[in-house]
Amino acid sequence: MERFYTFFFVAGLGCFALAFTLSMVFPWMSLDGYHGMDYQTMEDLAQTPSAEFVQLSEEYPEAFEASFGAVNSESYAEALQLGRDVYVGQACWHCHSQYVRVVSNEAQRFGPASTAQEFQNALNQPHLWGTRRVGPDLGREKGKRPNDWHIAHLIRPKNVVPLSVMPSYDYYFEEDGTPEKEGFALVTYLQWLGTTYEEEGNTP
Amino acid sequence: MHAATLTPSEDGKSLVNYRLVKLHLTAAGIALLLSMTAGFLYSLQFLGFYPFGQEWLAAGRVRLIHTNLAAYGWLVNGFTAMLYYAIPRLTGKRVWSDSIGNLIFATWQFILLAAGAGFLLGKAQAIEWGETPTGFRPGTFELNWIPVDALIVVGAVLVIIQFMVPLYNARKTKFYVSLWYFTAGLVWLALTYLMGNIIPEWILPGAAGAAVTGLFIHDLVGLYVTPMGWGLMYFFVPLILRKPIWSHSLSVIGFWALAFFYPLGGVHHFLLSPIPDYVEYGAITTTIAIEVVVTTVVVNFFMTLRGRWDALRTSMAIRWFYAGAIMYFITCFQCAFQVTWMFQKIIHFTDWVVGHAHLIMFGTFTFWMFGVIDWLWPRICRRNWASQSLRSWHFWLSVLGVSIMFFDLMIAGLIAGFMQKDLNHWMEIVSSSVPFWWVRTVSGGMLLTGMLCMLYNMYATAKSNEIYVEEDNMAPLQEGA
Ligand code: HEC
Repeated sequence: MERFYTFFFVAGLGCFALAFTLSMVFPWMSLDGYHGMDYQTMEDLAQTPSAEFVQLSEEYPEAFEASFGAVNSESYAEALQLGRDVYVGQACWHCHSQYVRVVSNEAQRFGPASTAQEFQNALNQPHLWGTRRVGPDLGREKGKRPNDWHIAHLIRPKNVVPLSVMPSYDYYFEEDGTPEKEGFALVTYLQWLGTTYEEEGNTP
Repeated sequence: MHAATLTPSEDGKSLVNYRLVKLHLTAAGIALLLSMTAGFLYSLQFLGFYPFGQEWLAAGRVRLIHTNLAAYGWLVNGFTAMLYYAIPRLTGKRVWSDSIGNLIFATWQFILLAAGAGFLLGKAQAIEWGETPTGFRPGTFELNWIPVDALIVVGAVLVIIQFMVPLYNARKTKFYVSLWYFTAGLVWLALTYLMGNIIPEWILPGAAGAAVTGLFIHDLVGLYVTPMGWGLMYFFVPLILRKPIWSHSLSVIGFWALAFFYPLGGVHHFLLSPIPDYVEYGAITTTIAIEVVVTTVVVNFFMTLRGRWDALRTSMAIRWFYAGAIMYFITCFQCAFQVTWMFQKIIHFTDWVVGHAHLIMFGTFTFWMFGVIDWLWPRICRRNWASQSLRSWHFWLSVLGVSIMFFDLMIAGLIAGFMQKDLNHWMEIVSSSVPFWWVRTVSGGMLLTGMLCMLYNMYATAKSNEIYVEEDNMAPLQEGA
């Protein structure tokens, strides 16, 4: 028994396959198969540019045009994707979560608890749930703050929230606070978080 | 196990390639230095003293260097060195090829450089513990960086063949416990890495993908790091104590229960989430079951030590090993509670988890690797340890540092968790943590200082001319009880 093949096949392959079935194939089947959740591609998500995206283009017409051109679903898609890329590359998701649980009064603090459907889209592949909250959850950030607040906050969080420990992201903005491409993208992405939940027919 | 033969193999080469052991240990040491420095710097962000303002040295990016170099730089290099030493001696067979060994070494260090530079340039992948860049623009197949993930697969496959060859060549013999863990652990490493880096990125989005990333975080620790760790314990402890492991039955239970229960617990990293509840129940139950198993293994090792308590005084390696085993027990004991929904409500998003992670990754597995280094380094350099007092400083700074860090972060986590539940203002929660973050940075400084003692000592030892007198530590191991 205590020979190579036992450990290679039974322990190595067998036990792994069992766990893989139970903790991956099962949840996948019950989420995807049973509830028949629809997957939203980037085009689906970006069909109607958000009001906040339009507002950015009006407030900073020249800088916006230089970065994204006109407001349309392509430029909105580009901004969302870039915003997400910056969010991933800067590891914002190691300080912020993106799902609201049903416990610990989280619904009161952040907004309604997360559903599985709201993550079934291109901007959640892979998901950005996170495992640590140094800052608050951002899963319901859409519309909570005006664009200007986000811009001021990203440039130097301490200017807005004096005791904040969040890093400054001033390099995504010019001296006078006008966003650069990444700055626009980050704010657009933050103002998108929670959109798919509302689209399910829920009210925030 | 049948006594490891020490006669050179047919072609006259020695059984163990000591050069590769030494190379990987050196690389491991450098990676540890960089990883811990990055962690220390990141902790300064929480005190408002983070020194860099440039984009490429942003705090979040430096954090990725900390965690990824700890796993892929320090532990993988260290364990590979350990396998180069242990597997040929346990099987009596040489590894696949020395030149492939050089290739693996070079590839792996290149991977680390490419991953580290990728993090600093913002190319990370959105998978915890698997942030190593895919090299592709998300959602497309356009290259935007060196495809590190693919290189890791190549490197890992080479490592696996390198060690599977001696294991396979010894297939007619009865395997000793260490080899059970090594064989299965190498298979698991490949499967885990492929699963975690491919499925959530390219196949399953959202909640179903989260079940996989949870499993990936979990399996990387439980199905690679843990088997390598216990494998080395089963190898070095009897070797140094010169007595067999206390109970073979407990070894059998420990191994099979780990193999069976451990991978089932993966989803516990995302409890109370949109992942279906029945999957979470499964993960919770198996995680609690693991605790029982762990106890059997720890009991087995402490019964082995019975009658040889003096070794804790005389052998620094044994001291590291058993200090690590105690930390292992504490972590797993904690885990059996924190995995329940009752604890999760409070502690999930807090520093409690950070303390837990440091206790296991540093307090246990890093301690065990320190033990291996303490025992191996003089032997492969053929020099006596240059400084005895630096060895002690390293040990006590590490034990104290990691214990302080653990309790500190556990308390910080409880406070922050209850304050979240009680709807305190967010900034009150942050402020309540600041004193604990100070203690965390100081304890991290202790760990860093201890590690510098070790690195300097390794360097001074390699350079010294005090020849190490080989005791008959090459005597064959006892038949594993
Ligand atoms: C070191 C941890 C850390 C990192 C990294 C971090 N944050 Fe924060 N974040 C915080 C903390 C703490 C707060 C709460 C204090 C404040 O508002 O500044 C916060 C608050 C916020 C808020 C305000 C939420 C609200 O509505 O009150 C937003 C938005 C935000 N962060 C976005 C980001 C983005 C985007 C990134 C990455 C580019 C990021 N954070 C990176 C710690 C962090």
